[in-house]
Amino acid sequence: MSVKGKAYIAGAFEHLTRKAPDKSVAQIHAESAKGALEDAGLTKDDVDGYFCAGDAPGMGPLSMLDYMNLKVRHLDSTDSGGSSYLVHVAHAAEAIAMGKCNVALITLGGRPLSEGVQTGTAPRIENPAKPDVEWEYPLGWTTVNMYAMCAMRHRHEFGTTSEQLAWIKVAASHHAQHNPNAVLRNVVTVQDVVNSPMVSDPLHRLDCCVITDGGGALVVVKPEIARSLRRPRVKLIGAGEAMKGQFGGEVDLTYSAAAWSGPVAFAEAGVKPGDIQYASIYDSFTITVLMQLEDLGFCKKGEGGRFVSDGNLISGVGKLPFNTDGGGLCNNHPANRGGMTKVIEAVRQLRGEAHPAVQVKNCNLVLAQGTGGLLGSRHGSATLILERE
Amino acid sequence: METKQRNIPFSPNNPESLPFWNAAAEGQFIVRKCNACNKIHWYPRAVCPFCFCDKVEWVAATGRGKIYSFSVMRRAPEPYTIAYVTLEEGVTMLTNLVDCDFDTLKIGQAVKLTFKPSEGGFPVPMFTPETGD
Repeated sequence: MSVKGKAYIAGAFEHLTRKAPDKSVAQIHAESAKGALEDAGLTKDDVDGYFCAGDAPGMGPLSMLDYMNLKVRHLDSTDSGGSSYLVHVAHAAEAIAMGKCNVALITLGGRPLSEGVQTGTAPRIENPAKPDVEWEYPLGWTTVNMYAMCAMRHRHEFGTTSEQLAWIKVAASHHAQHNPNAVLRNVVTVQDVVNSPMVSDPLHRLDCCVITDGGGALVVVKPEIARSLRRPRVKLIGAGEAMKGQFGGEVDLTYSAAAWSGPVAFAEAGVKPGDIQYASIYDSFTITVLMQLEDLGFCKKGEGGRFVSDGNLISGVGKLPFNTDGGGLCNNHPANRGGMTKVIEAVRQLRGEAHPAVQVKNCNLVLAQGTGGLLGSRHGSATLILERE
Repeated sequence: METKQRNIPFSPNNPESLPFWNAAAEGQFIVRKCNACNKIHWYPRAVCPFCFCDKVEWVAATGRGKIYSFSVMRRAPEPYTIAYVTLEEGVTMLTNLVDCDFDTLKIGQAVKLTFKPSEGGFPVPMFTPETGD
C-alpha cells in the first residue's frame, strides 16, 4: 500500500503577516485555515481531519479544534519541529487512503518576533524532562551554533567554503526581490554574505534565516473531492519521514535525515532527483540547504558547495530552482518552523501561481523538503514529491 | 591562558544521572558502559542505546580526546566555543572548549578534560587543548 495518488493538496495559504503584535497565535492559525479552505473552494464544515504541531497553543489539537469549532473524525499532532507540516501532509494522505477522513486541514502559526524570542542566539529549554537537556543546555547550545558545527565539519571533510554557502543566500535573494511580502527584498552578493557579521563560525548573519511572525495552512483531500474543485490538481506521489540523532555518541554531522526520508519518497514516486523541476528546501541556514541537497541526491555527498555555486539554484538561471518565494532566508519563517511555507511555494509552482519572474515553465514535478529540530543534535526530516495532474 | 568564564546555568535534578554529577563534584569523569555489549555510550543512560540491556555500569574515562567540530559563538555577551569532542573511549560528546585562543582551534586537535563550575555548584565537563596556552 502506498500514498501515491491517494490524496491531493487542494488548498494552500500563506498568512501575509510578518509581525503580528495585534494578533493571537490561535487567531493566526484560524485565519490561515480560513485562507486555505477558501483557496480550495471548501468550507469549515467540509473538514473532517485536523493536523497541527507544537506551535498550536493548547494540548495537541484540542484547543485549536475548539477555537475553530471543528468536528473531525481524525486528528494528529505529530511534532517533528519545522518538518511537521510535511509529515502531516503524508499522514493526511495515509488517513485519507484508509478512509479515516476526506478533507484534512493542517495549520501553523506563531509570533516569535512579537514575543521577542531569541530564536538563534540563546539556549531555550522547552521541557526540562528532555533527557538531553542536562548534557546540552549548560554547554550553551543555540540554534545557530548547532548548525554552525555542521558547517565547520562539512568544511573540514569536503572543503566547503563560506563563498559557496553564500550562493544559497544569493539565490534566495534573487527570488525574494519579486515577492512584495518578503522581509528581505534586496538582492545580495556573495561578498555581502561573507562580509556580514559573524554570528557563530562559520555562519554569518546572512547565512541565517529571518525571524518573523506568521502562519500558513494546507487542505489535503481525497481524489474525488480534488476532481470536483476548480483548482489545478496537485497530487502527492511520494512521501518519506525520518529522524536522526547522536547514535549514542557515534556522532556524524556530515549528513541529515534527508538521506533517509528522500530515498523513500523517490522510490514511492518512482522518479529520480534529476526529474525534479523545482525544489522547496528548508533553509533555516545556508548549510541546511546544502546538506539536504546532497542527502536527497541532487549531487554527491561533499559536492554541495560546487552544486549551489554560480546561481545554480536561481530560477531561470540554474538547473534546480529552489525556494522561489525567497524562503526562510529572505521571505519569512513563521513560528520558527519553515516546513509549511516550503509546501505552499511548491504548490504555487505546480499550479503556475508563483511570481511570473520565478515561475518554472511547464512545472509538473516538484519536491518539498523539511527538517525540524537541530541538524547538529537531533532532527526530523520529511520529503514530499508532488505532481501536477 | 584562561578564557573568561560565562555563567553556566545548571543544577542537576535527574536521578538517572546524579552519580555522574556527584562524581564530577569529586573531580572524577565517568561514563556509562554496557555489561552485555561492552560498549560505552554518551550521554549516559540507564538503558544501553545499542542493545537495550539495563545493566550499565559507570566506568572512569581518561578525559582525553580530539575535537570533532566546534564553533565560536560570537553573538554572546562573552564569546564561547561549543564543540563536539571524540573521547579516547570512542564516543563524541557536546562540550565547550575553554582556556585557549579560540582563533587557533582546529578539528582533530588533541584536548583534555577540565571541569568548570556551574551556577548550581556542580562542575560541568569541558575541554582545553593538550598543548594549549
